[in-house]
Amino acid sequence: MVNNNPVSDLLRTDRMPHIWCSGCGLGTTVNCFVRAAAGCGLPPDQITVVSGIGCTGRVAGYLKLDSFHTTHGRPIPFATGLKLANPRLKVVVYSGDGDLFAIGGNHFIHAARRNMDMTVICVNNFTYGMTGGQVTPTTPTGAIASTAPYGNTEDPFNLPYLADSAGAVYVARWTTFHVRQATKAMKEAIQKKGFSFVELVSPCPTLYGRRNRMGDGLDMMEGYKENSTIRNGADTRDVGMDISGKIVCGKFVDRERPSFLEQYNTRLAARLGPSYKNYEGVL
Amino acid sequence: MKADPKGVLTGAHFLDGDHACSEGALSAGCRFAAGYPITPSTEIVERIASRFPQVGGMFIQMEDEIASSIAIQGAVWGGAKAMTVTSGPGFSLMMEHIGFAAMLETPCVFVDVQRAGPSTGQPTLPGQADMMQARWGSHGDYEIIALCPNSPQECYDLTIRAFNLAEEYRVPVMIMMDECVGHMTEKVVIPSPEEIEITERRYTTAKLGEYRPYFTDGEMVPPIAKAGDGHRFHVTGLTHDERGYPVMSPEVQEKCVRRLVDKIRLNAERIISLEESETEGADVIVVSYGITSRVSVKAIEMARADGIKVGHLRLITAWPFPEKRIRELVGRTGAFIMPELNYGQMFFEMQRVIDGKAKSYLLPHGGGTVHKPEVIYRTIKEAALECRPQVEESAW
Amino acid sequence: MSTTEIKFGGFGGQGVILAGMIIGRAASIYDKNKFATLTQSFGPEARGSACSAQVIISNEKILFPYVTRPEILMLMSQEACNRFLPEAVDDATVIIENDLVRPRHLKPGMKVYGIPATRLAEELGRKMILNIVMVGFFTAMTGLVNREAVREAVQASVPHGTEEMNLKAFDRGYEYGIQLA
Repeated sequence: MVNNNPVSDLLRTDRMPHIWCSGCGLGTTVNCFVRAAAGCGLPPDQITVVSGIGCTGRVAGYLKLDSFHTTHGRPIPFATGLKLANPRLKVVVYSGDGDLFAIGGNHFIHAARRNMDMTVICVNNFTYGMTGGQVTPTTPTGAIASTAPYGNTEDPFNLPYLADSAGAVYVARWTTFHVRQATKAMKEAIQKKGFSFVELVSPCPTLYGRRNRMGDGLDMMEGYKENSTIRNGADTRDVGMDISGKIVCGKFVDRERPSFLEQYNTRLAARLGPSYKNYEGVL
Repeated sequence: MKADPKGVLTGAHFLDGDHACSEGALSAGCRFAAGYPITPSTEIVERIASRFPQVGGMFIQMEDEIASSIAIQGAVWGGAKAMTVTSGPGFSLMMEHIGFAAMLETPCVFVDVQRAGPSTGQPTLPGQADMMQARWGSHGDYEIIALCPNSPQECYDLTIRAFNLAEEYRVPVMIMMDECVGHMTEKVVIPSPEEIEITERRYTTAKLGEYRPYFTDGEMVPPIAKAGDGHRFHVTGLTHDERGYPVMSPEVQEKCVRRLVDKIRLNAERIISLEESETEGADVIVVSYGITSRVSVKAIEMARADGIKVGHLRLITAWPFPEKRIRELVGRTGAFIMPELNYGQMFFEMQRVIDGKAKSYLLPHGGGTVHKPEVIYRTIKEAALECRPQVEESAW
Repeated sequence: MSTTEIKFGGFGGQGVILAGMIIGRAASIYDKNKFATLTQSFGPEARGSACSAQVIISNEKILFPYVTRPEILMLMSQEACNRFLPEAVDDATVIIENDLVRPRHLKPGMKVYGIPATRLAEELGRKMILNIVMVGFFTAMTGLVNREAVREAVQASVPHGTEEMNLKAFDRGYEYGIQLA
């Protein structure tokens, strides 16, 4: 079956079936991603995926690309080194909300600040799935998690606002219900020079949905359909999510700013004069 | 392969150990470094920040040591020779990524300019108390290589060796400097590029589609690939099979980790380098490393002037530990003394190897400065007297 | 074995460390059969008013890296003098900037040589090069390192384009010392 998939060339079919639960949105995001990767105009050999730890962290292992399953929270600095060693690579970081914004939050804001040329895809399911449904920095206030049994008492991050204010040049949010838009957003993000960020709201029925009476995967998708509104260009300050389940989707930021390497080469050429050869990788 | 002349500042220089380490990295072909400022290692990255752009290299100051220690590994998989540089508190933050490098078999170099600890301790003063951390600091079982320079010249020489060993065995290699060696300035001779031997990275020759990242073909160390070459490989910190795919079985765990350990243990004799003087026939042997080895030599000279038969064994590689050589000497030598700037680290490793078959003396020191040679000298005398009680002290 | 322990002291910005570097570099690289080890104090404590460099010069490999009892002191500030003179051996050679330092608590065996290095540097057009004048004077008074070796070390140690001026400063200090001796 899986061999007939039009994008099976980009999947490690020898690793199927995957480990994700039924109703999980990760497979959908991967499906969208491989279509975006196949359609972005870059040869697959040039696209590299770096994941952290967690359910989303396993994405790298299912993609038939050069792919790195790194440590918890650190795919962004790994990707930074990879990109700088070989800037011809298109480096995509694919990880979850806990990995990227709790343990790895500092790396996220600094990569955005530097406008490091990479695409960060965050599958936001509001929970740590791999470890059994603990609270994350995106869990809405009041939502139940295994480590917030009386409801989350903290306020969550609004990820597009965080990315926007830290300096990302491309910021979009879609849900796994919006497969066409999500595919398009990932393609645009890959094609964008600089730090691009796509948040994909995705169901974890097993550990988040069930605890919060959201039903199974299909019910949660139904919820995305009913509760989401598309507002391209929305002010990111206004797109925070809460327990009500309302989700603002769209492309929020698409702007130009010199990337890390562009800025680096410009400054060094100005300081060192004609003796300076633009840095284009170590090889 | 010979060194790339672009990075080699051939000639005699008056350099401190930190700067000599930077030059060693440049000579070794390191073209990517990531770091975070921390005394007393900062001078290494400062020189790198200024020198790398002139030779086609890249230095990035990361947001912390955790980021630095994994950015270098991304760079290695992108094709660079890479290192990071730190001191105690930063070294603590890097521990997880030493294990990650060991597991993925990422050739890379970590420099720890040891200061007195624990915690913030004495940032501007020397210590040698990270020696066990270098060996065991990351969780799980693995092996690393650690080198201990005792002069700026060796900071240069051993940095080149560290990069070569990292490539040969695909392991993280630690350069365990200390504040005293890092900040002392002495003559450093940088040879011409033709005189510098560089170990090239051994890339796979597998056809596209056939590369298995951990297939060793009967050898201990598999060839590597880099991103972008078309192999479309996967590597992970999870226990993995030859394809690099995660496998949660005890059999694969055994195979995977056993090789990580064996590739160093079985090659220990090739990796270890020692400096010995008059160890044959010695009644007492002082075993030392790093800055402490210089002070030890001074003490040994004092003791020899008294007629004591004292040998010196210097650990240039602290890890792997020279078990074989020490066992050989145990049969002939009555006592072993180890001075170190901690309250017993390498000493206990030495004691394990001596296994009660000779006396062992620890000369602990909290750090902040080095031992007084007189203190080591007195212990040598005491040990010699205990080993050969029939000889009157007055005979000296 | 002949080993000499030297301490260079002054306040931050006077080029104390550079002076030590020049002597160390001269001995270990440009002179014959000499070894040198330089250490210095680091950190916030070292940024205060008394900054120092310590140099050991020997005709053998240097083992113990620190200066414990300096035999030669080159002092460019009163505070450095007050702080470092008590560490010195009883018969130390003390080289001072005449207008900046009044040596106190001298031991009877100590030999003190002074030079108005600041004024001489001003005469040469840059007060900044007083440390190099001192290095010239040091070279003449101690005879520890060959004059040509120190000149080469000055050339190799100062910023490009300032070599000539610094060599003049060195020579001025050196000549002052020769006349004194």
